[in-house]
Amino acid sequence: MEDQSTAADKVVDEPAPAATPQSETIYRHRLPTRIWHWINMVTILIMIGSGATILNAHPHLYWGNYGANFDRPWYNPPHMPAWLTIPSHYNLALARRWHLLFALVLGFGLLGYMVASLINRHFQRDLRVRAGELAPRHLWHDVKEHLALRFHDPKNPAAYNIFQKLAYVAVIFVLIPAMILSGLTLSPALNAAWPWLLDLMGGRASARSVHFIAASGIVLFIIVHVTLVLLAGPINEIRSMITGRWRVPEERP
Amino acid sequence: MSGIITRRAVLTTGALGAGLVLSGCDKVAEQPTLRKILFSGEKINQGLQRALSTRHALAPEFRPDQMSPIFRTNGNRNPNTPDYNAMVAAQFATWKLQIGGLVSRPLAISLAQLRTMPARTQITRHDCVEGWSAIGKWRGPLLGSILKAAGVRDTARFVVFTCADMMGGQPYYESIDLIDAFHPQTILALALNDAPLDIGHGAPVRLRVERQLGYKHAKYVMKIDAVASLDGIGKGKGGYWEDAIGYDWYAGI
Repeated sequence: MEDQSTAADKVVDEPAPAATPQSETIYRHRLPTRIWHWINMVTILIMIGSGATILNAHPHLYWGNYGANFDRPWYNPPHMPAWLTIPSHYNLALARRWHLLFALVLGFGLLGYMVASLINRHFQRDLRVRAGELAPRHLWHDVKEHLALRFHDPKNPAAYNIFQKLAYVAVIFVLIPAMILSGLTLSPALNAAWPWLLDLMGGRASARSVHFIAASGIVLFIIVHVTLVLLAGPINEIRSMITGRWRVPEERP
Repeated sequence: MSGIITRRAVLTTGALGAGLVLSGCDKVAEQPTLRKILFSGEKINQGLQRALSTRHALAPEFRPDQMSPIFRTNGNRNPNTPDYNAMVAAQFATWKLQIGGLVSRPLAISLAQLRTMPARTQITRHDCVEGWSAIGKWRGPLLGSILKAAGVRDTARFVVFTCADMMGGQPYYESIDLIDAFHPQTILALALNDAPLDIGHGAPVRLRVERQLGYKHAKYVMKIDAVASLDGIGKGKGGYWEDAIGYDWYAGI
């Protein structure tokens, strides 16, 4: 708890407009976070849709350097339905055009967001996981709070709860980088330029499997994220991601 | 609880929004200007990949024990035209590889002559655009040596391969630029896995251009022309699949 009040002080220290007691509205999301959020929402939807088409072209996943029809897959993903794929009819050429153009947006977007978030201290301030937060007692407390649909610490409403932090850290520092690195490993030209990518992934077929697993992780994140936004009060949450201003929810018993 | 209605409204709007992104993509790809932007990813990726790799960066090569047990075939598995069948019957004794276009000395090289040329053996990975890969051992003379023997003129920028198999009523064709044509792993493969190339894999000769995807590796090569521009070739995009359905001409990823 001591930790968190310090965190609150830091947030209030911000040059940006801080909490105004009357309206109980605080400035929660800085501009780079908001821009990246919406660019990413569109980009990741396009990547999932076009990726689903590409997966339909050969829906078998292998481990190792190679993998084709006569080899043994570890998993045969189901056929991706037309409502999910880009384009809506099977067209591998167009799917690849979408995928490989927006891969650039995803990659350079993440880079820009990371640089901005180091400079504006978003990472250090909001996403740093403190040891105390990982204590079983604290985790259990947050589980109970979640089940009661209370997602914010009333004493420090601007701070992310530990599960939010872990989810965001997993997406920003693990899942999206894993998508990018495994995606780059699929490129025969980059295999020549950066052979270490293949060593890192354990071969091209493995990279393709990692690509699928990380994408599944991102899909899972999106489902949980959207569900929690709906439970937490969608208007307030979405407005805060557009204007940055977030109304502190009234304390519920 | 007005929150319920709001949540439902937001959920509907969100689902519609995601649906719009996915279905809007079909419309975008049909609109000429937007399609051009969508297709611009190819040049950006080509530029980035070429900038990140040296001209002669080698595709990874593998040990014999890392090879695929079975190297599957794909695309046309037998041209099955009267001309091709006659060549097969004559064990390709009548076959001659034509080298022409912007060269000082047009050549017609028999299979026996090709077999006496210094050959490179390489165990490399073949990556199909659909997502599967297979590792095989290829052997054949460097395309670069043959082009040097023919004397490619300074005005040439690409080499075009015309093949014995028919696609959509015309011979299959592909093209690469001179950087890939003179790459030290770009060979005219006469053998796969220590056996003369079989019909399924492109007998008597197929191109290996190891830093690009499988559809660039033209099988059943009959004719190689040095050209200044791809404008007059097919519909001008440089290859059968590029013209027919919009695959990227640069297939480094």
